[in-house]
Amino acid sequence: MAEKLTLDQVAARLTERFPGKVARGGEGEAGDPWWKVDAGALLDVVRFLRDELDFHGLQCISGVCYGAGKPLASVYHLDSYAHGCSICLHVEFTDRDNARVASLTPLFSAADWHEREAFDLLGIVYEGHPNLVRILCAEDWVGHPLRKDYVIPKEYHGIRNDL
Amino acid sequence: MSTPELLTPPASPPAGHGDLALKDNVLVTNVDDFINWCRRSAVWPLTFGLACCAIEMMAVASTKFDIDRFGSGPFRGTPRQADLMIVAGTVTHKMAPRVQRLWEQMAEPKYCIAMGACTIGGGPYWKYGYHVVKGVDLVIPVDVHVVGCPPRPEALLEGIFKIRELMKREKLLDRTRSYARRATYTGEGNAAHPAP
Repeated sequence: MAEKLTLDQVAARLTERFPGKVARGGEGEAGDPWWKVDAGALLDVVRFLRDELDFHGLQCISGVCYGAGKPLASVYHLDSYAHGCSICLHVEFTDRDNARVASLTPLFSAADWHEREAFDLLGIVYEGHPNLVRILCAEDWVGHPLRKDYVIPKEYHGIRNDL
Repeated sequence: MSTPELLTPPASPPAGHGDLALKDNVLVTNVDDFINWCRRSAVWPLTFGLACCAIEMMAVASTKFDIDRFGSGPFRGTPRQADLMIVAGTVTHKMAPRVQRLWEQMAEPKYCIAMGACTIGGGPYWKYGYHVVKGVDLVIPVDVHVVGCPPRPEALLEGIFKIRELMKREKLLDRTRSYARRATYTGEGNAAHPAP
């Protein structure tokens, strides 16, 4: 990669390559801009960023619940040492019971535990993940606790939880 | 160089030697007092920390607070050799069955200290902590609660002194306390916390 790109130039390359699949999402409260990505195009977008735009670091994958009855989102932060910038991608799911997106594990092995955590706490299903089981809650836990409409169980294995 | 007089062995035992030996070396007590004295002079805790309270527990074991002065220095690596379980830290629902298993593996008579706010009653996770057991006494019987978040090392030492006071009251032939305590966790609540 000869030329050093700014974040806006990277975004321009993305929208040029994936028309209609990537859109400027907003500025974010802390000032970092983010881009909305179509769930079906995510794997291709990230592969393009990694292989052709030198975004070699997957900083984190996190899940967001915007409120009861509101969308869920899977958020990706990708880093590039070559360009000295990082880009934030959102994949939004308006259908909360069918939040599905391709797993990034084929591209970044670091995605493994991050996706398991988002699955565990928010119920986002990462298709193609090699071992999508709970990572923090107990294996037989019911529900996804960080969803805003989650109801705390009255008891768990005979131990009261509603004191 | 002459041998000091005091160290010179006597040619023959002095008169009344047997009585002196009796006076200096034999002590009359009762079995309960003697066993309790032995037991409370060597209260061995289980090596076992769940969260930040464990850091204070480690401080207790270090030179500044020096738990070794009270015979509780040997933190045992197996529940079979431990007398005391110091539950130091947040007990999550995922960890609760493990804590209970460790407790069951300890030999009677055994004692438990609940250390810190999380262990005593859920602490900051009381209301919205879906994953935290609201007090380890819902899972195992607790003898002494040490309050604080986390408690000072001195407070944990004080908790161990309280355990030693409990040990003074043990009776060799009275096993009711131990058996009664064992029935605390049934999965169906208990007297203090009936099932929902």
